[in-house]
Amino acid sequence: MPEVWLPPRLQRLANGQQKLQAPGHNVRQIVEYLGREFPGMLDELYFEEEDVLMPGMSVIIDGETSQLGLLERVREDSEVHFLPALGGGT
Amino acid sequence: MSDYTPNMVLSNQEYNIVGKRPIRPDGAEKVTGQAKYGADVNLPGMLHGKILRSPHTHARILSVNTAHAEELPGVHAVITSEALTQPSSKLVDLAEGVLHNMRFLSNNIMAADKVLYKGHAVAAVAASSPYIAEEALKLIQVEYEELPPVRNAEEAMAEGAPLLHERLAAISNPVLRPGGTLDDDDPTAGTNVPNHFEFRMGDVDQGFREADVIVEKETRTSPIHQGYIEPHSGTAQWNPDGTLTIWSSSQGHFNVRDQTARLMDMPVSKVKAIPLEIGGGFGAKTLVYCEPVAAALARKAGRPVKVTMSRTDVFEATGPTSGTHIKIKLGATKDGKFVAAEAHLVYEAGAFPGSPVSPACQCMMAPYDIANAWIEGFDVVVNRPKSAAYRAPGVPAAAFAMETAVDELCEKLDMDPLEFRLKNSAKEGTRAPTGPVWPKVGFVETVQAAKDHPHYAAPLEGPYRGRGVASGFWRNNTGPSSAVAIVQNDGRVRLVEGSPDIGGTRASVAQQFAEVLGIGIEAINPTVGDTDSVGFTSVTGGSGVTFKTGMAAITAAQEIKLKMCERAAKTWDCDVEDVEYRNDAIVQHKKDADKQLTFQQIAARSNATGGPIIVSSGVNPGGAGPSLATHIVDVEVDPDTGKVTILRYTAVQDAGKAIHPSYVEGQIQGGVVQGIGWALNEEYFFNDAGHMVNSSFLDYRMPTSLDLPMIDTVIVEVANPTHPFGVRGVGETPVIPPMAAVANAIYNAIGTRISELPMSPGRVLEHIWANGGAKSNGAS
Repeated sequence: MPEVWLPPRLQRLANGQQKLQAPGHNVRQIVEYLGREFPGMLDELYFEEEDVLMPGMSVIIDGETSQLGLLERVREDSEVHFLPALGGGT
Repeated sequence: MSDYTPNMVLSNQEYNIVGKRPIRPDGAEKVTGQAKYGADVNLPGMLHGKILRSPHTHARILSVNTAHAEELPGVHAVITSEALTQPSSKLVDLAEGVLHNMRFLSNNIMAADKVLYKGHAVAAVAASSPYIAEEALKLIQVEYEELPPVRNAEEAMAEGAPLLHERLAAISNPVLRPGGTLDDDDPTAGTNVPNHFEFRMGDVDQGFREADVIVEKETRTSPIHQGYIEPHSGTAQWNPDGTLTIWSSSQGHFNVRDQTARLMDMPVSKVKAIPLEIGGGFGAKTLVYCEPVAAALARKAGRPVKVTMSRTDVFEATGPTSGTHIKIKLGATKDGKFVAAEAHLVYEAGAFPGSPVSPACQCMMAPYDIANAWIEGFDVVVNRPKSAAYRAPGVPAAAFAMETAVDELCEKLDMDPLEFRLKNSAKEGTRAPTGPVWPKVGFVETVQAAKDHPHYAAPLEGPYRGRGVASGFWRNNTGPSSAVAIVQNDGRVRLVEGSPDIGGTRASVAQQFAEVLGIGIEAINPTVGDTDSVGFTSVTGGSGVTFKTGMAAITAAQEIKLKMCERAAKTWDCDVEDVEYRNDAIVQHKKDADKQLTFQQIAARSNATGGPIIVSSGVNPGGAGPSLATHIVDVEVDPDTGKVTILRYTAVQDAGKAIHPSYVEGQIQGGVVQGIGWALNEEYFFNDAGHMVNSSFLDYRMPTSLDLPMIDTVIVEVANPTHPFGVRGVGETPVIPPMAAVANAIYNAIGTRISELPMSPGRVLEHIWANGGAKSNGAS
């Protein structure tokens, strides 16, 4: 099962867990799982209006920043991180 | 390395075209003055736009009376913020994964109810000449209610501080989103601190308990400007069919199109943005300033309008980088193991949320393997121009804190600073303080190359001379990118790229294209296409173009190879599977050695074998590949004047694969020079009212070639495994280490550590005096 790492702010929504196991074959399924398990999490990870990962956030899978967001596939042994996108200020 | 020559490339793999140094395709136009930049646009019937700017740092706009200006002969249009849409605070991702709050963008371009910095645009005029437009500005009557200015982060974060935006929210989940606004019925108070980022790894308290040596320090940096030579300029024309055409120089004409369309409340398909050459951007030309104003004026006037900023406009109203205040604490065991790090970063965003504090947090400790780390950052609004991206946004100031603290740690450990870095360097598999595990990175290799370089072992003779080193990390970005390739009948290929060319990417992308096809670089005519000619392409930023647009070109080249094989198969009346494209650009029948066609022969007969050969590609590749660098600098300090002279500078950087080494060297040298300016001279001076008082290049001191020695470069090539040629972006990393390297060198020259930038002669003298005089540490 993929291992999901959460930044400190999201850890507060997940009972203080820094990392947890989340079922899913892609990022969407992981986000949906987190949303079901932890109230408030979906609002932070998912931008419903455009059905995308929350803009400004990146998902890093096995060390590589994903360009596909919710559509990115993950392996059973993948490590998934949600972090602010590394851009340049607005 | 006794055979050292300047600007060396430590190559791991050789190609025919990649890695060579062809003449740049746009060189002749630029050196002969023929290249067209933003202000060079002149259209029939074109009007000239000028912008009225706020004389106040913080004030409420009570009324704007434009009647007298509109009556002035020669004036064709006057606008205020009402001419632009006032979108919701919906967050839009327009560039590099960075959010844009469109309301804030609109209100920065033209103030709505408040002015938030001196120079904030309030109204604009279009007239038949720039002189009439300037006269008309004087006739616009604006009634202000002055408000107390919030001049810096300290004032902004103080209890009871005046609020810039009464409804600015401290986002409940600041890790992910910059500030929005509170709903009208939300009783929550507004804030000047809309965002707070935090990253934790391991147990920091335990890490410091394990440490034998601890360093604590604070650093401060002033806002500085990107300092591009070309001021912003935008020209807009409305067409009879209701579409809008924009000419401007930018780091992303698709961004210009998209931002302007949103502010004009139009679909993007009705806006065409035509890119011009760009006289520098360094991150700050990813945003629009002039284009929506020109569009609004042109719509009202019914004629094309050009708006061009003055240098003072550029300084006062476009993005400087953030002023910063950083507290840092590092700990190591006595044998030099890095065991704990803690940093608290406060970044001034300027008038609207969105400083680059997040990348600063994520990159500052990235070169190191530190098991226990805590990094937090605060995004703070102040009454200053809205900050904008500047080359590795936010990271240089953070590296100044980190790398000078590392130097102090090494001094306490009595350990060579490069040896310390080798011992603690991040490498493939190291977990970053922000969490993810690094892919293949070249930090060890850059540090080793620096350590092996003759510069590091060279004697440094004379008093008040010192040597310093520092390292830097930038993750590099990617994004959607497009290319169109058109094979001409003479065997040449026009390659239309979606990325504006800032650092020689016409050539570096064309080289990759030519390498795949096996044809000469001289057979490629690269050009930058407008928004109607090529697919969406994200900004030229994040050091991403040679990677992402290179991938688009590679994809297009592979498609052309397939088409070439199809045409040959048709010619020979055989299956395409029986045909192969050789590396020397000859298509060969696999079973009949006599059947061969050159690229040129197939191109010449393309119309007869199925029509023109044209391919387009659109990609969004992952795996941009981080870039790391280590710099060495020698300085001499004049103890009587405080002037710091750069004696020698060597920059070592991992480029993955240098597609065009001269451009990589140029990027490294340019970044270093900007970093030296940041280190020694550049700063916004504000008076007590919060007004910038040095808004010209006479008073804002940037280094020139006369101030600097040759910047030697060493390109290390640790191939990025996710790119066919191993490319890593190179444009931003070189601006990260110089400030700390110079500060460390100054310490070694005079025995005084300076923790504020710039280290101008006055500041250096103050430190010398406070220290009871300079101590010539560097004397041999």
